[in-house]
Amino acid sequence: MYGFEAMTFNIHGGYLEAIVRGYRAGLLTAADYNNLCQCETLDDIKMHLSATEYGPYLQNEPSPLHTTTIVEKCTLKLVDEYKHMLCQATEPLSTFLEYITYGHMIDNVVLIVTGTLHERDVQELLEKCHPLGMFDSIATLAVAQNMRELYRLVLVDTPLAPYFSECITSEDLDDMNIEIMRNTLYKAYLEDFYKFCQKLGGATAEIMSDLLAFEADRRAVNITINSIGTELTRDDRRKLYSNFGLLYPYGHEELAVCEDIDQVRGVMEKYPPYQSIFSKLSYGESQMLDKAFYEEEVKRLCLAFEQQFHYGVFFAYMRLREQEIRNLMWISECVAQNQKSRVHDSVVFIF
Amino acid sequence: MDRFIDDLPPMDLMRSEKMMFVQLIIPVESAQRAVSYLGELGLLQFRDLNSDKSPFQRTFVNQVKRCGEMSRKLRFFKEQINKAGLQSSVHPVSGPDLDLEELEIQLAEHEHELIETNSNSEKLRQTYNELLEFKMVLQKAGGFLVSSNGHAVAEETELSENVYSMNDYADTASLLEQDIRAGPSNQSGLRFISGIICKSKVLRFERMLFRATRGNMLFNQAPADEEIMDPVTAEMVEKTIFVVFFSGEQARTKILKICEAFGANCYPVSEDLTKQRQIIREVLSRLSELEATLDAGIRHRNKALTSIGFHLTKWMNMVRREKAVYDTLNMLNFDVTKKCLVGEGWCPIFAKAQIQEVLQRATFDSNSQVGTIFHVMDSMESPPTYFRTNRFTNAFQEIVDAYGVARYQEANPAVYAVITFPFLFAVMFGDWGHGICLLLGALVLIAQERKLSNQKLGSFMEMLFGGRYVLLLMSLFSIYCGLIYNEFFSVPFHIFGGSAYRCRDTTCSDAYTAGLVKYREPYPFGVDPSWRGSRSELPFLNSLKMKMSILLGVTQMNLGIILSYFDARFFGSSLDIRQESEVILYLGARYQFVPQLIFLNSLFGYLSLLIIIKWCTGSQADLYHILLLLLATVAVPWMLFPKPFILRKLHTERFQGRTYGILGTSEMDLEVEPDSARQHHEDFNFSEIFVHQMIHSIEFVLGAVSNTASYLRLWALSLAHSELSTVFYEKVLLLAWGYDNLVIRLVGLAVFAFATAFILLMMETLSAFLHALRLHWVEFQNKFYHGDGYKFRPFSFALINDEED
Repeated sequence: MYGFEAMTFNIHGGYLEAIVRGYRAGLLTAADYNNLCQCETLDDIKMHLSATEYGPYLQNEPSPLHTTTIVEKCTLKLVDEYKHMLCQATEPLSTFLEYITYGHMIDNVVLIVTGTLHERDVQELLEKCHPLGMFDSIATLAVAQNMRELYRLVLVDTPLAPYFSECITSEDLDDMNIEIMRNTLYKAYLEDFYKFCQKLGGATAEIMSDLLAFEADRRAVNITINSIGTELTRDDRRKLYSNFGLLYPYGHEELAVCEDIDQVRGVMEKYPPYQSIFSKLSYGESQMLDKAFYEEEVKRLCLAFEQQFHYGVFFAYMRLREQEIRNLMWISECVAQNQKSRVHDSVVFIF
Repeated sequence: MDRFIDDLPPMDLMRSEKMMFVQLIIPVESAQRAVSYLGELGLLQFRDLNSDKSPFQRTFVNQVKRCGEMSRKLRFFKEQINKAGLQSSVHPVSGPDLDLEELEIQLAEHEHELIETNSNSEKLRQTYNELLEFKMVLQKAGGFLVSSNGHAVAEETELSENVYSMNDYADTASLLEQDIRAGPSNQSGLRFISGIICKSKVLRFERMLFRATRGNMLFNQAPADEEIMDPVTAEMVEKTIFVVFFSGEQARTKILKICEAFGANCYPVSEDLTKQRQIIREVLSRLSELEATLDAGIRHRNKALTSIGFHLTKWMNMVRREKAVYDTLNMLNFDVTKKCLVGEGWCPIFAKAQIQEVLQRATFDSNSQVGTIFHVMDSMESPPTYFRTNRFTNAFQEIVDAYGVARYQEANPAVYAVITFPFLFAVMFGDWGHGICLLLGALVLIAQERKLSNQKLGSFMEMLFGGRYVLLLMSLFSIYCGLIYNEFFSVPFHIFGGSAYRCRDTTCSDAYTAGLVKYREPYPFGVDPSWRGSRSELPFLNSLKMKMSILLGVTQMNLGIILSYFDARFFGSSLDIRQESEVILYLGARYQFVPQLIFLNSLFGYLSLLIIIKWCTGSQADLYHILLLLLATVAVPWMLFPKPFILRKLHTERFQGRTYGILGTSEMDLEVEPDSARQHHEDFNFSEIFVHQMIHSIEFVLGAVSNTASYLRLWALSLAHSELSTVFYEKVLLLAWGYDNLVIRLVGLAVFAFATAFILLMMETLSAFLHALRLHWVEFQNKFYHGDGYKFRPFSFALINDEED
């Protein structure tokens, strides 16, 4: 069907594509960020945001604002938009939209499980969960003692169930286990999503494979860096890499044996698209890596909007909004803690 | 000729109000008052002098924030009042006038009080709910315990049946009491947890319990009798009472955790019946106590809310005004000394005295030492367009504005649209029966004008109400045209005397094939009623309507061309015009006017003349007059060539004395010498103007043909309307009337009424309206109207209130 989307896409997808492009036009611009960075107090931020699409969500908040309220309300807007699109969507777009939330679902599961392990209050943990990754019985996660129970009690009802096939063990949960579980789940999720997009074909497959490959590669790098110096074996590490992406398979072999950040760098610089990211960093530095990856991601996400008649725009929009909310959170924190000099450290401008 | 035109009396609506660009220098101490007085007057449009600054960098940002905070509180009150089901009074009572600071303090107090009472009542409600739930659990779960204990030894299948037959058991429970007390359930190692949970979660809850205990449990449930109010959202929630039987300590912790995760409240139920009864009694007595406290709390809160509700509308208006004032003040600049605010804006010239008076009053009222300086300045921008309309002309002005707001002082087509628009509509909608229906509708709207204008209407009604006077004129003209066409729901009437025609014989069977015979003087007004259904009906009506459309079209287009001449004269001669290049273009338009008129009239004007001659004398003249064709051919190059050359000549003449360009164009120079240098200096590009002219000429030549043809829609729609109404009358009403059956007749009547109301009165009105709109926007206005101005939007409290509502 590649190349012929224009004939049929608009039957089901046209309306929503228009909607999502409209939403995208509401993303904050560089001028907005400039103004936001000059804010002195959180009230200034609220005042500025009230002139944007966030206005209706913030207008009824009483005045001593907190960063969390701003982030919460901004996320609420994203969730409202997502729900609106999901309600309007037909197959296969609705499945595609649901796939977007699975990542949050995994994060929420991990958050709750880790939280209960450290004996936190469940309600408190629930408030911290990302609203996009909520499912019915999420609170029951606290009951589970080990992976098997976790799966059998709760997750079997969720869309995450198939991803669990690889990590069902009877071991008790501990921090390391959970982190491995998160990455195994994520790997399975990304591969499944990738397969789904390939099945959709056309421009969606083309664009999404690029975006997902980037995501997979970024995770591979992060896993490598985070597992340096831990007891994770090379084989275990290798198992956590997704089976697609630019680094697959040779890059993964090399990453699996890396012992320090500079080796990772050496591996990554063999791949031209990632060369530019690493060339921005000085040797031995990994702090700014996240930001560099985010910037690259945002650039790629924005490019997704250049082409019409594909589902990549939905994925791209959700990701961009999330990035925007991260930006707002960072700016608000900087303003609230009087650290305005650090505002630019972590803000990724979207346009 | 020129003198005659100059002597014509000025028309009010023809040209928009003369505007002037003014500068205000207001001392800081009286600024707030001055701006709010100006807002009440509503005749000055401020220009934003700080557009480069973000909102929180402006001067009065704190006040704007405070207003925002106050309106948030007011919204909170409104929401609370609505939630409590009270009516906020629409008519504001006249309380003491507060200033903003006092209001802010009051609002803060009220909010504090309200939040406190809310949280108190929330806590009370929470305890009340717990007790209520406890009571229900006790009542229902007692039933379960009774039934399950009674059958403790029975088979499991029977136990599960209890779930379904539980209601029966609840009734018989009292009878079984004596037997049960003998065997406490602990003996069988069976323990239970009872509680209450939201009805929507029951299914998942049960499934989770089943999974967690691997099926080793028994789940009994019963719906609660009463709904329970959620203390936060104040919504009623349906709940279900459950009792879970299980064995083992591990299962117990698991089940408790699941209960917690699902938000189920667990209450202990004693198995001892006497104890149970005692607890129930206690709970009931505490419940009634709590109920009384809750009621008192709610009454207190409602009283507070009602007292707020009295002032709410007034306060909201006040805060809205204050916010608008500060928003406007934020548009002003501080002058060098920081003691004065400088503002710029547009106002109509007639308002000068009023504005000065208001400013003086503001100075006086705020005891300021220094008065406000108000003076007229020069501006490069073109002024906004402001028509003073009344409720009658407003709708017509809106119709024109929907196409484009007139350029400053441009000829306003709305003046003519007042009559031509309803008339062209009526030509397409000629039926005096339908016209009377429309007239009644319009009269109802106008009679209810005072009531409806204060009311909030739906978008459709709003539109209808806004156009009530358009509707009135449209209906009057349709009655007039209907009388000419002699149509009344497609029934001909002999209103103006007898018909001039009769049938050839008594049966009248050949009226359609052979026609009628004329036997006396013509019917005095409109179409002869006897023609309906005869051979001459369609040919005559078609010829009449077609020719009439052409006549109307040619007339209207000529009017458009003449208006372009008036515009050219007006702008060409006016001295205060700012952009020289524009003046030249208008001068050029004067040279285009004659060939345009010649071209249109030598082709279609002559055609119209022939039509009229034929109508008067009946003689048929030659359609193509060679001389006129020649004239039309000459007019085309005449339209095309002279204008660009004349423009070039004018341009060189104008700039002859200025071989040295103006060098110093900094702000200072402009201030010193506003008259000479503030003009837009554009390069004169001959080829561009020539191409432009070519496009215009071609468009006009082609347009003359296509626009004339476009007016034939008048004929087409009128024909369609009359044929449609004939179909509904003859094929529905008369057909049904042919049967001697009441039901069929009623059905026929109903179908006819619906078709008339929805198809003929609504859809046809809409379509005729749209076509009339198109004829005005395209065929008429493209001859002269630029429509690239912008509307005058004064800072006015009245407008702000309208927007918010």
